[in-house]
Amino acid sequence: MDIRIANVRKEFDRFAALHGVSLDIRSGELIALLGPSGSGKTTLLRLIAGLEQPTEGAVYFGDEDASRLDVQERNVGFVFQSYALFKHMTVADNIGFGLTVRPRATRPPAAAIRKRASDLLDLVQLAGLEKRFPSQLSGGQRQRVALARALAIEPRVLLLDEPFGALDAKVRRELRHWLRALHEQTGHTTVFVTHDQEEALELADRVVVMSQGRIEQVGTPDEIYDRPVSSFVFSFIGEACELPVTVSQGQVSFDGSPIDIRAVDIVDGPARLLMRPSGVEVVTARPGGIAGDIVSIRRSGGWRRVELDVGVGRHRIEVELPVDAAAELAGRLHFLPRHWQVFPGA
Amino acid sequence: MTVADSWTWKRPSVIPGFGITFGFSMAYLSLIVLIPLGALIVRSASLGWDEYWRLALDPRTLAALRTSFGASLIAAAINAVFGLILAWVLVRYRFAGKSVIDAMIDLPFALPTAVAGIALSALYAPTGWFGALVEPLGITIAYTPAGIVVALVFVGLPFVVRTVQPVLADLDRELEEAAATLGARRLQTIFRVILPPLVPAILTGFALALARAIGEYGSVIFIAGNLPYVSEIAPLLIVIRLEEFNYAAATAVASMMLAISFTMLLLINLIQAWSRRRFGHAV
Repeated sequence: MDIRIANVRKEFDRFAALHGVSLDIRSGELIALLGPSGSGKTTLLRLIAGLEQPTEGAVYFGDEDASRLDVQERNVGFVFQSYALFKHMTVADNIGFGLTVRPRATRPPAAAIRKRASDLLDLVQLAGLEKRFPSQLSGGQRQRVALARALAIEPRVLLLDEPFGALDAKVRRELRHWLRALHEQTGHTTVFVTHDQEEALELADRVVVMSQGRIEQVGTPDEIYDRPVSSFVFSFIGEACELPVTVSQGQVSFDGSPIDIRAVDIVDGPARLLMRPSGVEVVTARPGGIAGDIVSIRRSGGWRRVELDVGVGRHRIEVELPVDAAAELAGRLHFLPRHWQVFPGA
Repeated sequence: MTVADSWTWKRPSVIPGFGITFGFSMAYLSLIVLIPLGALIVRSASLGWDEYWRLALDPRTLAALRTSFGASLIAAAINAVFGLILAWVLVRYRFAGKSVIDAMIDLPFALPTAVAGIALSALYAPTGWFGALVEPLGITIAYTPAGIVVALVFVGLPFVVRTVQPVLADLDRELEEAAATLGARRLQTIFRVILPPLVPAILTGFALALARAIGEYGSVIFIAGNLPYVSEIAPLLIVIRLEEFNYAAATAVASMMLAISFTMLLLINLIQAWSRRRFGHAV
């Protein structure tokens, strides 16, 4: 099911949570809505589900204007961050709930509902737990029951709100791989909300980066990571450190001296140089490099993280160097950014 | 030492102090509840079986017991329904004067029950504001068993509201949203998702309101009319017997009340325990 979000604006008590957001989601896609808290990503997800009504704009499911449908009629599978399982029902009754509340004419017989619940439990790898109550399950198991319950109604789209938010790191990683496999198996159009960029990049076909009620960038994980369109995306996706520079006819200068990187298509004037800590190369002292005084060197896994005070303004930045390269360092470090981008403005 | 198959009265616990707290609880309960009630049973036992049953099964006693327990059950049931709605309104909506209404819920506790009885009988008497409204329809409330129910609803009002309120407030709104996305209509959501977790709290409130209604005296005697065999409640009958210095008959009625009340409350507690197991799976 294609989903089209057209110029959706949402206000809560005159506070705008979304400013004119448009987004096309293709059938069968796995999409991540990524952003810091307050960026409007959960509001967007709830608008697609029909749990909120847009102040302006519309949501289309295929060619149908879904804004005119109630939540009940939209047929979406929604998985809540806190799972929202019905505690007084067994796992099987939870999963079958969406089928048992159907009008008599379209309701499957009880035996068929039981069968469907068992099949879905197999699918989410919880076979045999039909009779358990939610309180008797672990967090990861509850999450999968919630997913099975959402899948039971054969939803047109599957919506997941911070699906792994409440789980510990190891379970998160496992469920992430499992969800990707499940998506490939079932082919549902899926939208999930996350604030964890690693999760978004690893899991999604396309990532929608949001900030302050607006979409900053939509793209594949490669596009988002390698070609961020704004300094917000650059610094939100992965680590970033920043230096104030000036641009003059494509030549980037720091503290008045030109450095060996060129920024074409950037208007002359003050600009910001953003670099990945892992994307720097140590060079011998020479013009065109950037020099900084080493403040501290710390071991971090397979890398050494080196803190530097750079330039006249003593800008504190952090770079990551291979363990052996950093071992012989002392005093002053000269480097060139390899993974960087220049954005106009101060 | 066979630990596996030896039955122990108290399960092992790492929390110390069972001896002293249990001892205190028993001493306190004995002083406040068991000894006075025991005295009542001893007193009525001194009557002898035949005499006891003659007094206990006296038609006027039976009629009073029927009135008391019948009216109390009806009043507790009414309070269960309307207390639930009140709790719902207080928890779910925000409106002007909410805290005033919230405070008013407890007024029936604070008011001397005689005052309540007089106020209610003035309102519901055939010449009162409400009484005059229903009088042309051929309905009389004051000075009939219906009046007793009105007074008992009044005194039992806070129980269900106060027991349901916190549970309802804790109920996650996402449960309703989840039910809606799964296609459940509003009524289905209420009856299948919201109400079941509230059942234990509603039952607790019902039991408390019932117990309170059975023992109620002050407010009822003003509105009941107190006609023997029609609108005479058992507590009033006890007072009448005491005023006649007929202590034997008084203790006989009292012990009947005690036995029936205890059986009913025990039953409700058992249902409650079952409903907690059935519906109360806290996550």
